[in-house]
Amino acid sequence: MKRLFCFLALMVAVILVGCGKPDFSDAEKKTIALLALNTLPSLKPDTTNRFADVPAAAALGSTLFFDLGMSRDGTVSCSTCHKIDRQFQDDLPQAVGVGHTNRRTMPLAGVARDPWFFWDGRRDSLWAQALTPLENPLEQAGNRTAYAHYIKARFGERYERIFGPLPDFAGIPLNASPLGNDAERAAWNAMSDAQRDAINRVYANIGKAIAAFERSIEPAQTRFDRFALDLATGAEPKSDAVFTREEILGLKLFIGKANCVTCHNGPRFTDNGFHNTGVPPVTDLPPDRGRVDAVAQVEADPFNCFGAYRDGDVSACGELRFMVKDGPQLIRAYKTPSLRGVATRPPYMHAGQFSSLDEVVAHYAKAAPSVEGTTEIHPLQLSDRERAALVAFLKTLSE
Amino acid sequence: MLGKQAFLRHSVFPQAGGTRSTRPSVIRRRGTGLASIWRYLLAGLGLAALLVGVLAVVYLTAPQSAQMVGPDVSRTKKTDNGLYMASFVPERGVVRQGELESWLLTLKTKTGASVERAAIAISGGMPQHNHGLPTSPQVTDYLGDGRYRIEGLKFTMSGWWQLRFAISSGAGSDTVLFNVVL
Repeated sequence: MKRLFCFLALMVAVILVGCGKPDFSDAEKKTIALLALNTLPSLKPDTTNRFADVPAAAALGSTLFFDLGMSRDGTVSCSTCHKIDRQFQDDLPQAVGVGHTNRRTMPLAGVARDPWFFWDGRRDSLWAQALTPLENPLEQAGNRTAYAHYIKARFGERYERIFGPLPDFAGIPLNASPLGNDAERAAWNAMSDAQRDAINRVYANIGKAIAAFERSIEPAQTRFDRFALDLATGAEPKSDAVFTREEILGLKLFIGKANCVTCHNGPRFTDNGFHNTGVPPVTDLPPDRGRVDAVAQVEADPFNCFGAYRDGDVSACGELRFMVKDGPQLIRAYKTPSLRGVATRPPYMHAGQFSSLDEVVAHYAKAAPSVEGTTEIHPLQLSDRERAALVAFLKTLSE
Repeated sequence: MLGKQAFLRHSVFPQAGGTRSTRPSVIRRRGTGLASIWRYLLAGLGLAALLVGVLAVVYLTAPQSAQMVGPDVSRTKKTDNGLYMASFVPERGVVRQGELESWLLTLKTKTGASVERAAIAISGGMPQHNHGLPTSPQVTDYLGDGRYRIEGLKFTMSGWWQLRFAISSGAGSDTVLFNVVL
């Protein structure tokens, strides 16, 4: 009899131990370890921008990033939408520069690790990306020669110390650009090839300086990373590294049944790919077909990796060289965003379609068909408790 | 998974705990008359607890994600109509998720001769995710001995990938499918 009691007590103990700590399978542990920030490799050099790791270039880039003078009417800088105290985004469904754009501002943590830029990947380097809003009439709305003149007048010495002599500005129109209004385009076309090339070079260097600055914007450690590190090393989690039962359930769903980790993988929680996930369009915005329309734009960009303004050799251009150029899967495909810091920056999706993570989770569970093209998402049965758990887990990426 | 744990916690514990705290005193008071019934009951409970305990031990120690029977991931295989032996291996030996990689496709005829000047078209995707390859890999070099370098492969996700090669040479046209599971 006594032995039986002993045995019962032993069994109770065994069960207690089993329930007392989060238990993950080896496969789950492996997946979780791959999401932790400590697995983020050091930032690779950008051979297409030989100023990428030049401190003076990053310093000039930082000045330009916050400079309202870098716009047509002196009211908009990069930092107008990429707000430094808001994860370098603006909390708006669509960005507002000189005009109202049709896309959500992306946060910048870890941006230098992206192979493609913008929601649709219409640029292939960080420095080529930085140039695009400068001339977009809805964003900074400037023009190429105006920027070159401005750099000479305002930052001439700093520029020349980094990039070498500025070109001869004699005969360079004050306002000219291949992308501007009729007068600006006419003025651009009237310039000589040598003049256009000289201005393009100054313009590319603006982008390279801003990119050098942006390379310093990296993701910060979160509660999830502390939890994951303890799980990987077998250490007892302490203080905020302890996950609640709900957060553990959310993490298990994220890497399991809910399939989130399929695309949101690696330490930045993104596969850097483009996917149609059936996100509905916003009424009143211009038609938006995502990646399928961006292919031609990146190919036509004179500042792309194959262009004359790339530093280093063409071996750095693999992404552009082996880019998928057509196919139905590109229709309404948008870039997988990083989920780091996601809970504190609604609204979500490429045009701010969803105002809360609850709505995002509901969208992915429902998996409604795409208005055009085919969604890659399959419907999923998630209880209210499971939805709440997923959101609870996502919050650990912001704490 | 957690549901099962919750079951263990909520349904077995109270019984087991109750047994421990009340049964002994009851037995002592009642003497031997009813003791045998209590003994059987207790033994039953004990056996039940033993079963649950054993199950718990098995459950907690066994690998939890039962390994699915995956697709054939062999790196060397005969092409669909048997014209060639094809082998497909990462050039640097390891597969790294999320990076552009080059792989080597080696083609031999049935008699073991190297296949030269083959035209090779590459396609593929992830059958479970309804999408094609995230890049357009291409043959970029012939290295001799039937070896072709294929650049621009990128496995952006873990899971089951398929790569299909359409091969055409003097020996004829054939296709082969390789599965890569990350």
